[in-house]
Amino acid sequence: MGEDAESPKINHTFLRDYVTEADVISTVEFNQTGDLLATGDKGGRVVIFQRETESKGVSEEAGEVGDSGEYNVYSTFQSHEPDFDYLKSLEIEEKINKIRWLPQQNAAHFLLSTNDKTVKLWKVSERDKRPEGYNLKDEEGRIKDVSTITSLRVPVLKPTDLMVEVRPRRVFANGHTYHINSISVNSDGETYLSADDLRINMWHLDITDRSFNIVDIKPANMEDLTEVITAAEFHPHHCHLFVYSSSKGTLRLCDMRASALCDRHTKLFEEPEDPGSRSFFSEIISSVSDVKFSHSGRYLLTRDYLTAKVWDLNMDKGPVETYQVHEYLRSKLCSLYENDCIFDKFECVWNSSDSVIMTGAYNSFFRMFDRETGRGVTLEAWRENSKPRAVLRTRRVYTGGKRRRGDVGVDSLDFTKKILHMAWHPEENIIAIAATNNLYIFQDRVNPDAQTQ
Amino acid sequence: MFPKGTKRKFSDSGEEAAPSPAAARTLSSSYSLQRQSLLDMSLIKLQLCHMLVEPNLCRSVLIANTVRQIQEEMTQDGTWQIMTQALAAAQCPADRLVATEVLCRQTQAGQSPKPFSVSGLEEGYHSEEVVMDGDAEAEVAMSSLSPVSPQLSSASYLAGPFGMGPCCEECASEGEDAERHHLRADSRTGEQVFGTFEIKHPAPPPDPALEELFSDVDPSYYDLDTVLTGMQSTPKMGPYDLLESLSSHGPTALSSSATCRSDLNELDHIMEIIVGS
Repeated sequence: MGEDAESPKINHTFLRDYVTEADVISTVEFNQTGDLLATGDKGGRVVIFQRETESKGVSEEAGEVGDSGEYNVYSTFQSHEPDFDYLKSLEIEEKINKIRWLPQQNAAHFLLSTNDKTVKLWKVSERDKRPEGYNLKDEEGRIKDVSTITSLRVPVLKPTDLMVEVRPRRVFANGHTYHINSISVNSDGETYLSADDLRINMWHLDITDRSFNIVDIKPANMEDLTEVITAAEFHPHHCHLFVYSSSKGTLRLCDMRASALCDRHTKLFEEPEDPGSRSFFSEIISSVSDVKFSHSGRYLLTRDYLTAKVWDLNMDKGPVETYQVHEYLRSKLCSLYENDCIFDKFECVWNSSDSVIMTGAYNSFFRMFDRETGRGVTLEAWRENSKPRAVLRTRRVYTGGKRRRGDVGVDSLDFTKKILHMAWHPEENIIAIAATNNLYIFQDRVNPDAQTQ
Repeated sequence: MFPKGTKRKFSDSGEEAAPSPAAARTLSSSYSLQRQSLLDMSLIKLQLCHMLVEPNLCRSVLIANTVRQIQEEMTQDGTWQIMTQALAAAQCPADRLVATEVLCRQTQAGQSPKPFSVSGLEEGYHSEEVVMDGDAEAEVAMSSLSPVSPQLSSASYLAGPFGMGPCCEECASEGEDAERHHLRADSRTGEQVFGTFEIKHPAPPPDPALEELFSDVDPSYYDLDTVLTGMQSTPKMGPYDLLESLSSHGPTALSSSATCRSDLNELDHIMEIIVGS
């Protein structure tokens, strides 16, 4: 993989490396079946990929897995435009912060996309037929002269080229003063939540002019502000439960049946601080950047700056599993604070059977941890080092001991190449990794289906 | 970057006795230097969020908490008192960063340590070559919009970090680049680090032009309260104030960002307000 001999080529690297800011991918999400994959970027665009299904009748080689279709572009549309807040004289970025698909109910697909301030519901539908044979209109749509009509016929539907139409169906505006960081569709299929730095609102998908405020942590005096909401998600099965994480590393599970305003949590998940490792950066690195329920609904996966943690909903005293993502950065925290990398928000995901967790790191690396064995592996999403269909080889960051060929030193890590956004197919071992303006899709050919625990 | 083993010193130095008095002095002085540089870095980060987009509240809160933590520790140490007194006696610095000059002018002797006091800010800004080259004028114009009023109260230095005036992200990153370069080069010895933060230039006499510039700014605007909410809860500068500023200071006042696109968008939006009303 990538072991080509040096060939005398014109070096176009500087052109390749030039990335338009607007093309940087800011969110990735599979739909519930995994057939569709949506990405949002900083320019406010959404690109939907569709998985190609293998046509029936094609013979498969022995050992090759069927239905290992590729993802191709299905539709592209501009979701959000740059906006301006006249009251504060500040721009509102069009960057898509999150995309969430709704469960499919009919032939059309629906997704929610959000920037800092506004959530939009989009309908994605296909049209591959059109009616022909109107009585009153001709083929171009012009009204016919009635006197020329001698007989009546019933228009018939004829197949045409496939057209994908995307239309905005709802715009949920003016619900947030602060920047929206999360949206989550409820299992009831009717409501969803949107969370900003200080508040969480619950909306009904059909109602755009009203929302319920369910969490408000804004202090009366903003001088007292020391904690913000960093992520929120509904429970996958219980429509009354949701969780939100904070910049102080706490998780709060809330039950909406308890009261209308869920300022008092039902459960508080917090890991006691290790006094031995306390530093000025302790709080910053404990800030949770992402929280995800497991598919089973029993566990929570959180990501803070250096680790990924699995929590059991029944145990609030601390995580049940902790995975070191890049512990070698602990001694570099001051530099990372200086260049702001310490504030990077990494996402984390579960695989379909909740047996593997995955999260991103720097230098185009991302990490996968097998929960059963506790072992982690480092992989790379970088064009130079991989050809299509090549097998990914594992990477290693050299932190001491015997240095192996291919190891990367900590000081050689490229902190501008961060893997922040990713998604795992809901049923199969297919992952989508966003690396700046590139989308990588990796499939596990050896074990395409998720292993059952 | 701090040498290995420093981390332990970070948390331990105030608590356990050092092997010898001389060693103890060295240990704690290096620790306090590191702490000081962290404080300065944090203050710069909070101040330099001159962006057209609202700054990230989470980041601002985390940095502010770090500053509070350092300040609390320094207050317990007693070093906070020493620092504020030393600064009170010092001349004002930085021929470049105009905002700093304005702030420095207000330093009073013997200020009791309060969260984010002006003197703390001053310590953080003197003589750091943070300003971008050739942009001194833009800097002046920029700070005139999001400046600190001459009647700065000690609690209000945080003007800027939580989303006040138009800011320049590129300037911030440029500034931080220069700063990083500075810090990395100077982190070898404690003395060099300390030297970086030495006051290099005496303060110029109060500038009547600047006084006039700030005369119409509402001092209550710079309460910490407002600062943390950005302009959101008490919008002292509505679109019409913006227009006034525009006319008096020109478009560069709004954005020192190099992107023409933002300037044009800005003007477009302002035109829409005028035409729309």
